[in-house]
Amino acid sequence: MSATREAVIGLETHVQLRTVSKMFCGCSAAFGAPPNTNVCPVCLGLPGALPMPNGLALQLAVRAALALGCTVHPRSVFARKNYFYPDLPKGYQISQFEQPLATDGSLSYLSPDRGIATATIQRLHVEEDAGKSLHDRFPKQTAIDLNRCGVPLIEIVTGPDFRSPHEARAYLLTLKQVLEYAGVSDCDMEKGSLRVDANVSVRPVGQPELGTKTEVKNINSFAYVEKALTVERDRQIALLEAGGRVEQQTLLYDAKTNGVRPQRAKEESHDYRYFPDPDLPPVVLREEFIAEQQALLPELPATKRERFVEKYALSATDAAVLTADRAVADYYEAVVHAGAESKAAANWVMTEVLADAKDHGDGLRVPPGALANLIGLVRGGTLSNQAAKRVFGEVAEHGGEPRNVAEALGLIQVADTGVVASWVSEVLVAHPAEVARYRNGETKLLQFLLGQVMKVSRGKADPKLVQRVLEEKLAA
Amino acid sequence: MSDPNDALASAKAAADRLVKAKRLNACLTPTAALRKSLVTQAQAAHPSGVLYGMPVAVKDNICTLEFTTTCGSKILRDYRSPYEATAVAKLKAAGALIAGKTNCDEFAMGSSTEHSAYGRALHPFDKTRVPGGSSGGSAALVATGAVPAALGSETGGSVRQPASLCGVVGIKPTYGRVSRYGLVAFGSSLDQIGVLGRSVHDAARVLSVISGRDPKDSTCEDRDPLRLPNVPESLQGFVIGVPKEYFPADLDPAVRRACDRAVRLLRELGAAVREVALPHTGYAVPTYYILAPAEASSNLARYDGARYGPRFDGSADVRALYRTTRGEGFGPEVRRRILLGTYVLSSGYYDAYYRKAQQMRALIAQDFRNAFDRGVDLLFTPTTPTPAFKAGEKLDDPVAMYLSDIFTVTANLAGLPAISIPIGRIKGLPIGGQLIGQAFLEDEMLEAAYALERVVPATEEA
Repeated sequence: MSATREAVIGLETHVQLRTVSKMFCGCSAAFGAPPNTNVCPVCLGLPGALPMPNGLALQLAVRAALALGCTVHPRSVFARKNYFYPDLPKGYQISQFEQPLATDGSLSYLSPDRGIATATIQRLHVEEDAGKSLHDRFPKQTAIDLNRCGVPLIEIVTGPDFRSPHEARAYLLTLKQVLEYAGVSDCDMEKGSLRVDANVSVRPVGQPELGTKTEVKNINSFAYVEKALTVERDRQIALLEAGGRVEQQTLLYDAKTNGVRPQRAKEESHDYRYFPDPDLPPVVLREEFIAEQQALLPELPATKRERFVEKYALSATDAAVLTADRAVADYYEAVVHAGAESKAAANWVMTEVLADAKDHGDGLRVPPGALANLIGLVRGGTLSNQAAKRVFGEVAEHGGEPRNVAEALGLIQVADTGVVASWVSEVLVAHPAEVARYRNGETKLLQFLLGQVMKVSRGKADPKLVQRVLEEKLAA
Repeated sequence: MSDPNDALASAKAAADRLVKAKRLNACLTPTAALRKSLVTQAQAAHPSGVLYGMPVAVKDNICTLEFTTTCGSKILRDYRSPYEATAVAKLKAAGALIAGKTNCDEFAMGSSTEHSAYGRALHPFDKTRVPGGSSGGSAALVATGAVPAALGSETGGSVRQPASLCGVVGIKPTYGRVSRYGLVAFGSSLDQIGVLGRSVHDAARVLSVISGRDPKDSTCEDRDPLRLPNVPESLQGFVIGVPKEYFPADLDPAVRRACDRAVRLLRELGAAVREVALPHTGYAVPTYYILAPAEASSNLARYDGARYGPRFDGSADVRALYRTTRGEGFGPEVRRRILLGTYVLSSGYYDAYYRKAQQMRALIAQDFRNAFDRGVDLLFTPTTPTPAFKAGEKLDDPVAMYLSDIFTVTANLAGLPAISIPIGRIKGLPIGGQLIGQAFLEDEMLEAAYALERVVPATEEA
C-alpha cells in the first residue's frame, strides 16, 4: 500500500557564517568558550544597546547566495521576529522577512532515485542566532548560555522538492559541499553550524496537490536526517492508511527513541509579529559589491567535477570522490601539476592519501610534490607498488624525499640483469627437485621459484626481470 | 572655567541647588550620593573641555555608570547599566558633570511625568500642576535653575512639551544627529535624545557636544558634531511658514495671542512670514499611536525578569515568571501601549494598522518637504495646545493626554529638528512656541531661535 504514496519534503537549513565576530557586535563567534563569556551589552540585549551589522557576514551571505544561483537583491531589510524565550535576550530575533537578501536560486544534486535533480532555493536570508538553554546542567533548573546569541546565520529555504528522505539527505550533502567550497561556513552539524528543519507531507503518487504538512525540528546530526524524515513519512502514511488525517503541527525528533513528538503547547510557534527593525537601516548592496563577491567565489564542485572528467580523463565517480572536498581536489591537481600521471595520481589520492587523512585526521600529510615523485618511481620500475606504499607511510610519518626514503629502507628494485641472474642461479641450485618437476611440465612452479628469488633478493628484485631470467634459465 | 577649583565649586553649588529642588521630585538620585558623585566627577573632569564644570542632569532612560537607570519603572528598580550612553560619554569628555538622573514617565511614555513608578514630578511654579513629560524632571530642574541644562529624550514631543510647560528651551535634533546608543528604546524610529536648557545657547552648546557620528548606532548619521551659529543681527532672508493646521479654530485664545505676538516679532526681525498647508497633520497623532506602541511592544519584550531587574515571582515556570514580572513591573500606561502595539503588529491586523500608519508617516514627511521645497526655511507653531494642566486632570483620559502632543509628534514622524522656546505666560504659566527646521539644518533653526529669544517677552502675559 505504502508504495502508492510518496513523501514531499522541503528543507530549511540554518548555516553559521564563518566570521570571527558576531552579527551585530564585536564579540567572538567561536564555538566552545565557557558559558556566557563571549557576551557584551549588545548581544545580551541590555537596555539601550544597539546592533551594528557585521560587514564580513554580509559578504559571506552574498557569496553563499551567489553560489546557490540566487538573485541577490540590491535592497533587503532586517526585521524583528518577536517571541518570548529565556535564551532570546531581546525578546526578538533580528532576521529578514518581507525583503530577504536573496531569492530564486537552485542547486543540482545527485538524487539516489532520479539521477541529477534540481532543488529550488526559494529564499536565503541573514539572521542572528539565539542563545542556548541547558535543561540538564542543574537539577530542576534551566541554565542559559548566551555565547551563541548573535552569531551570524543564513537560512536557506527550499521548495517542496524532495520525494524521499534519502533524496533530502543527498541535497543536504551537496549543499554542505557547496557552502564549504564557497568558504562561507564550516557546516559542522555537530557544532551546530548547520541545522535543519524539514517540512514533510505525503500524497498519493501522481497527485499534484500537496498533503497537510508537519514541521520536523531538532534534527541535530547528518546521521539523523534520513532517519527523522523516514519516521515522519511512515507515521503520516500509517495515519492516512488507517483512515486518519495529518494534523499540521511542529514535531521534535528524538534521536534516542528514533521517534517524533509534538512540541509542547508552550513551545509552539505563535504570531511572530514581524516588522522592519527600526534600529537597522536597509541593507543596500551596490552592483559592484555583488560582482566582487561573485568574483571571489571559487570554482564550485559541479563545475570542478566536469572539468576533472574532461581534463584528467577520469570517470565521473572518481571525479566526484576527488572533488567532494575542496582541499582534496586542490591536492590532487597539485600532484598532477608536479608531474604525476593523472589516473595513477587519482588512484593514489583516492586510496592511500584519503586513508591516511582519515586515520590521522591532520590533513594531507605527504606533500603533493613528494607523492608525484613516488608515483614516478613506481612507473619507472624503481619501486614496486608494495614498496611504494611502505615509502608513502614513511614519508607521511617522518617526511623526506621518497627516493631517499626508499634507499634507506633498501626498497629500490634491482634491475641489473647480472645481479638478478646470480640470485636466480642460487635459487635453481637450492631447489633441484622443483626445477626438475618444472621441466617435466609443472609450469605453475614458476611462481614458487619466482617467490624464492624475491625472497633471496629481500624484495628488491624487479619481478618482471626475475621472471624473464628464470624462464630463460629453465628453458636452457 | 578652567581652574579645577571652579569645577569643584560648581559641583557643590549644583548639589546645593538640587537639594533645594528636592520638593519637585524631579531628580531620582538620592542627594547624598549625588553630592558625592558630583565632587568626584569635578575632580576628574577634563579642564580643557568646552563644558568644563557644567552640571547637566540626565533623564533616567539614558544609561549612566554613576547612577542607576530605572526609566521611571519598577521593572528596572535599582538597575545599574554596565556601560554608559554615547551622549553621556561625550558630555563627560567635554568636562561636564552628570548631575543626577531625572524623573520621567515610565519608559518615556506619557506627557505629564505622572506615570513614574517613583511618584509624579511637580510643576516648578504650581505644585498642583504637571511639568509636562515625559522629560518633566529635566524640564523642572532647569526651570528652577538647579542645572543650566539637562538631557531629555523625545519620541513624540517629550522634550519640547515639558519645555513649553515649564518655560525653558527644549531642542529635539534631527533623527540621526545624536547617537541613541544607551538611550533605552521606546519607539526606535522616533526616539532621539534632546536637550533642555535655560537659554537657547545653553541647550545648543550641550547639543553640539553630544551630536555627531557614533560607530555603535547605525541610525546615527556619519556627520561632524553640530557647529553653533552666531546670534544673527536680523532674520533678513529667512522665510518662516505658519502652518494653518496648527492654529485650529478651537485653539486656546491665549495660546493664539502668544503665537501671534511671536510671529509679529519674527516679522519685525526681518523674516518673511507665509501661511503654509501641511494637509496630513490631522493624522499625525493616530499614526504616532500606532507606530510608537508597535515598536515599544517589541523594545520592551526584554524586560522579563529572566536576566536583570527584579523578579516578582519565584515560580519555576518561566511563563508565570514573565506574566507576574511584566504584570507587576510595568505601570498601566506602559501595559496599555504594549497591548496596543502587540495588537497592531498581529497577523491579520498588520496591514490595516502598522502598514497604513507607515504610509501615512511618509505622507506627513512629504507635507514638510513640500513646504520646504516651496522656499520655506522654518515653520513656526505653538508647542503645546495649553499651558501646564492639573495633576490628575488627564490621567483617566489617555486620548486627552495623547492630544497634548498634537503639535510635536509631526517632527518626530518626519525626523525633523524642532525647538521650543518660551514666548509668554498665560495666567502666570509659561507657554512655548515651536520652530521646526529642515533635516540637519539645526544651525538655521538655532539662528532664528536666538533672534526670537532676544526679543520675545517670555515672562509677560500674552
